Amino acid sequence: MSSVPGSESAGPAEGSGRLASRAGSPAAASFPPAGAAPVPDAAGQPVLAVRDLTVEYVMERGTVTAVDHVSFDLGPGEFLGVVGESGCGKSTLLFAIAQLLAPPAGIAGGSVAFRGTNMVGLTDKELAAIRWKDLSVVMQSAMNALNPVKSIGAQFSDVMRAHGVRSKQEIAARSAEVLRMVGIDPVHLGSYPHQLSGGMRQRSMIAMAMLFTPDLIIMDEPTSALDVVAQRSLMVQVKELQQQFGFAVIFVTHDMSLVRHFSERLLVMYAGQVAEVGETRRMFASPLHPYTAGLMEAFPSIRGPRVPLTGIPGSPPDLAQPQAGCWFAPRCTRVMPRCRTSQPDLYQVDGTLARCFLHQEEAPGGGRP
Amino acid sequence: MTELLRTENLARHFKIGNALSRRTLYAVDDLNLSIGEREIVALVGESGSGKSTVARLLAKIYKPTSGEIYFQGRPLSQIRSRRDMLRYRGDVPMVFQDPFASINPVFRVSHGILRALKLHRPELSAAQRQAEAASVFETVGLTPAAEVLQRFPHELSGGQRQRVGFAQALALRPKLILADEPVSMLDVSIRIGLLNLMAKLRDEAGVSILYITHDIASARYVTDRVVVMYAGRIAEAGPVEEVLAAPQHPYTQLLLSAVPDPRAELNVGATTDRGEPPRVLDPAPGCRFRWRCPLATDECARVTPPLEELRPGQHAACHVAAAAAASGAEVRAF
Repeated sequence: MSSVPGSESAGPAEGSGRLASRAGSPAAASFPPAGAAPVPDAAGQPVLAVRDLTVEYVMERGTVTAVDHVSFDLGPGEFLGVVGESGCGKSTLLFAIAQLLAPPAGIAGGSVAFRGTNMVGLTDKELAAIRWKDLSVVMQSAMNALNPVKSIGAQFSDVMRAHGVRSKQEIAARSAEVLRMVGIDPVHLGSYPHQLSGGMRQRSMIAMAMLFTPDLIIMDEPTSALDVVAQRSLMVQVKELQQQFGFAVIFVTHDMSLVRHFSERLLVMYAGQVAEVGETRRMFASPLHPYTAGLMEAFPSIRGPRVPLTGIPGSPPDLAQPQAGCWFAPRCTRVMPRCRTSQPDLYQVDGTLARCFLHQEEAPGGGRP
Repeated sequence: MTELLRTENLARHFKIGNALSRRTLYAVDDLNLSIGEREIVALVGESGSGKSTVARLLAKIYKPTSGEIYFQGRPLSQIRSRRDMLRYRGDVPMVFQDPFASINPVFRVSHGILRALKLHRPELSAAQRQAEAASVFETVGLTPAAEVLQRFPHELSGGQRQRVGFAQALALRPKLILADEPVSMLDVSIRIGLLNLMAKLRDEAGVSILYITHDIASARYVTDRVVVMYAGRIAEAGPVEEVLAAPQHPYTQLLLSAVPDPRAELNVGATTDRGEPPRVLDPAPGCRFRWRCPLATDECARVTPPLEELRPGQHAACHVAAAAAASGAEVRAF
């Protein structure tokens, strides 16, 4: 992966589309066939290539590795779901990708190549040129992410002016256009965040993220504060916009059932590590890691027979306490003696990667992927 | 089943605004709810439906604007003395939504439960209070109890803190626990543990629970009867399996179609509905769901639909569904 720090135009030709210029492009790669490997674009390059990304929190009681050698690729127009419990490092991973970490957290190793450019180590000025334009982040709570004393339109205008759009007509036209795209009447450009419902605030955050039609939108639990009806409506809308404009999405959630119908691939995190990564359909059909299976069985259903469920007993491990074996071993229903003494690697089974000794033998070469 | 608590045309309105613009928020209207002994009833609705107001009315945090609550046959408005008030609060404790905000962070978790025991069960000695606290901690699965009691709230996980909430309620030997969204702040993986705990409390301790939630799938998991609220009124009520299999009210149908279900294929029927909050500021007569309802008629805008029994045991407040039920037809809005 070549890294060209400071160069903002190093991306593939396809990635330079601005504003609505890509509206006509086909909803390419909306359901890529393969599991762990994303579909590359024409130039054969993923939008995002994360390699051995490691994030550490340096604290009084020691160093905690919140993200531990995470690697994955994201193809153009791909929808990746990142799932796991609180404290498994999924939000830290997002922040590390978007270069938003603040002390005591810091990237201790690895690279995040966005359209070929390694973003780790870029200056604030270089990042500012990318943010909102090529890469947007939608935060968990839109109420806290939006400025309460500025109207929605003023906040949209700030973003566009920061990227050199000066014409007032152009700003007004584009702002109205993106609001319409997410299903909000442009009259709300004059509204303040408190005048909007939770669903509308979250939609306007997504509209703001789309002002420049970026290549990648990162979403951190955008629906967790919403009711089921608003949640479903927002998910469908994100998926439609994604298919229309072809941006890639990383969607973080603790609710696996939510991304079942919307993501092509899933990345399950546990204790800062990738527990399992692969195609969503395949994972739901036959989860490889006992943690993935546990997450799936934690949901009561509104259909079918009422069956007693157990969830996943216990709680996520304290990452400050080093452990010899697999992090999940204390809660695992299929634990084996060696799980307590050595850490499993990621083993590849039918295009899915799983960090579990159960699959060591099935993997080609009996070990390393 | 013996009836434990019943409300009769319970209503609570809030005045908002200033001298220049007075408006009234109709949080709860015309609520007739009954909870039996050893029964878990689910109160389901979205934000703004009035379900938390109902919990606060039953806990006597709010006074009803009109209507009455009967507990074991006695009207609550008759409670005058502090002793009766204390007894009611002990009989009907509440478990709150946010386990991070509902426990005092500067005291050990034993503090809250021992204080509640001293207040509500003054006959116990200090040693008996300790023993009782340890015993309820064991019951809710906080083991080893003696050690957990000495911890501070920040040393416990969210799930453990919510168990502390249930332990505090249980220590009072309650008849009915009001559980307001007790699992919504918790991770999916540990929600089930608390739902199982609620079922266990009903089966083993004989407690009734009013389970307030926006998650109808979890309601189905632990309850037998479900009450769906919309904009301060009951939209539909009945046995949970029947309501889920054949929802009569269009709002119940919308709610069910939006539940993410990994085991089923995607239902895109409800996607046109944005999930906007209900209008409860000075609502005129008429059905409060009519702005979102694809089946709304002129009558829905004029007359508030009464809650009627449309199928055995299953009640719904909808003109269209009532007319359809009378002619044996089926209503499908979503």
